[in-house]
Amino acid sequence: MDLDFSPEENAFREEVRKFVTDRLPSHIRHKVMNGIHLERNDHVLWQRTLHQRGWGGVGWPREFGGPGWTPTELYIFEEECAKGGAPRLISFGLKMIAPVLMAFGNPEQQARYLPKIMSAEEWWCQGYSEPGAGSDLASLKTRAVRDGDHYIVNGQKTWTTLGQYADWIFCLVRTDPEAKPQRGISFLLIDMKSPGVTVRPIITLDGAHEVNEVWLEDVRVPVANRIGEENQGWTYAKFLLGHERTNIAGIGIAKRELARLKRIAAAEGRLDDALFAARVAQIEIDLMALEITNLRVLSAEGAHQAPGPEASILKIKGSEIQQAIAELMMQAVGIAALPFHQTGIGPDYADNLAAGYCNLRKLSIFGGSNEIQKNIISQMIMGL
Amino acid sequence: MNFDFTDDQRALADTVRRFVAKDYDFERRRAIRDSAAGWSRAVWQELAELGVLAIGIDEDHGGLGYGPLETGLAMNAFGAALLVEPYLAAAVVAPALIRRASSTDFQRHWLPRIASGENIVVFAHHDARGDPVRVADGALSGRKTVAAHADCADLLLVSARATDGSTRLFALAPTTPGVTLRSYPTLDGQRAADVQLDQAVATEVGAGDTATDATQAIDAALDIGLAALCAEAVGIMEATVAATVDYLKTRRQFGQPIGRFQALQHRMADMLLHQEQARSMSYLAAMHCANPDQVLRQRTLSAAKVTVGQACRFIAQNAVQLHGGMGMTDELILSHWFKRLTAIEMSFGDTDFHLQRFAAQLSRGARAA
Repeated sequence: MDLDFSPEENAFREEVRKFVTDRLPSHIRHKVMNGIHLERNDHVLWQRTLHQRGWGGVGWPREFGGPGWTPTELYIFEEECAKGGAPRLISFGLKMIAPVLMAFGNPEQQARYLPKIMSAEEWWCQGYSEPGAGSDLASLKTRAVRDGDHYIVNGQKTWTTLGQYADWIFCLVRTDPEAKPQRGISFLLIDMKSPGVTVRPIITLDGAHEVNEVWLEDVRVPVANRIGEENQGWTYAKFLLGHERTNIAGIGIAKRELARLKRIAAAEGRLDDALFAARVAQIEIDLMALEITNLRVLSAEGAHQAPGPEASILKIKGSEIQQAIAELMMQAVGIAALPFHQTGIGPDYADNLAAGYCNLRKLSIFGGSNEIQKNIISQMIMGL
Repeated sequence: MNFDFTDDQRALADTVRRFVAKDYDFERRRAIRDSAAGWSRAVWQELAELGVLAIGIDEDHGGLGYGPLETGLAMNAFGAALLVEPYLAAAVVAPALIRRASSTDFQRHWLPRIASGENIVVFAHHDARGDPVRVADGALSGRKTVAAHADCADLLLVSARATDGSTRLFALAPTTPGVTLRSYPTLDGQRAADVQLDQAVATEVGAGDTATDATQAIDAALDIGLAALCAEAVGIMEATVAATVDYLKTRRQFGQPIGRFQALQHRMADMLLHQEQARSMSYLAAMHCANPDQVLRQRTLSAAKVTVGQACRFIAQNAVQLHGGMGMTDELILSHWFKRLTAIEMSFGDTDFHLQRFAAQLSRGARAA
């Protein structure tokens, strides 16, 4: 056993760290380091910066223009980006639809869509969940009916993250209502500018507009925009969900936020409070363990494969740690966290801690709720 | 032992419940919250007419002469409605403080006006770091921060450090020269303000023969407030748990109501355990919050706040979790209950503060024994 990174990996880490230090615009770093909401342009600017360096296709193999990193290199890259204050990668294009296009798309589709994901010319969003189909995704009802060279799509998607910025949405639609739920689903790429597509904001408890409803009303979608075979969409959807789970533990983000927690706690004099210090220590210990668990999962994975059911362990612990950090940051400043969307009342770092705490409740809900992850662990890993 | 409420007490709780059901639904609250002031004087008058502003004020001063238990019943009944008006600050804490800290003349002037809703008095206590309010030659300087509902007060009560190190209590109108208020919404949709004082001339409350260090009176009044806060929290928990039960019965996934899944049933059972433990402690807090034995009183109230605070967190977080994405939406009142429960946990000393205060008494008790 050897728990150290190789010299090459350490050199790569230094290279990424230096790149982030040198090239990440300071206004974006400031926002990320202080939990301030990012604008569309912040994400786009960072993606373009990566693209110029040849790192636009994060996680992609060389044949599609990616840097061809190993899972460990990808892990190092994401950790260093997060710790350095870079925006989270916009995963809907890079990590969700791109792997599907590579595995199941035809060459025309690959050539049409992949370059513009890398260059951030096109923003993607995910059309999976529906009001009646959340954890039970296969019960989705959005209908696509064939009409010559088109499908006519009707239905409603929801919890569409950053759909207000999107140029394209990849959608699961029902093409065979008679078949078993998983058998009658197809996978369509829909231009958000198509007539009949309406995006309605969903405001969350922290006052943010991150998620949306997407209504599809007689939307005409060329059959050429279907991925793979008709009624085989569930296979592609599951493949995509596997890729959604890379970097699911968010180790880099947790390390960055833990450092922020310690800064705030120190400024508030709370690290001298034995009970508070013990709570911070508990989180740090959990994170140490999760980091090693994450690396074990990576080692077991072959290059470019999606993680297996072990990713559920990473998702549960990763989300719990991030939520606990947000909770303690709020607790550290006490009632100074109560002014809502205000500046200049308490110390600057207190401004958005309560909103951040509220917002991060989503972590244990989205991307497969933690309850669903526990089902996966008990069924897929333990055979119960 | 008897945990029953009297007919009078039940009638009081029903009065509040009927009011919020009929006249304070979620939409009206939202409109009031989003208005420029963020609260409604019209609602305040409606509450005055119902008599609920007079609950904690003695009959000699135009009140109903009830105690903390009745206050708790009202707070519990207000809970689910998420009243944005300053009930806790102006109808519970302020009169309790005036009763304990001020001269008879001061009481005779202000308590009837509080009971009738004519005037709103609010206590601003929490000093801004680095700029505590101090008094010199009858003038106050410094800043109070996150003073709940200070922006709707006709009269502010302000604690201040005197040159001899004692804590004194002062009263002044917010229009007094040298007083600057910055008001803002808080996490829970209520209002608070920072009160900047710059050589603001104020009257010492209890001036004359009763002028003394106000620390004990302030602690006692805040304990009355804390017990009321616990009762409010339990009211919100009841609503939150009930709404989550309803959701689990109606939300279907995998061909059945999600309430059929045992993992979720057990989570609901845990939520109920928290709710009932919190309810028990809110009763204990109400029974002891006016106890003159300060050691017993603080021990009991700290225990109550720990139990209630932990229940606030557990129930709020799990109610959102079990509602899935819907629980995160501003549209549902559930997320507003979540935010009020979060704010309650942080107010009047958070869970860790009270856990440590309770723990500190253990070692003192052991040394004494």
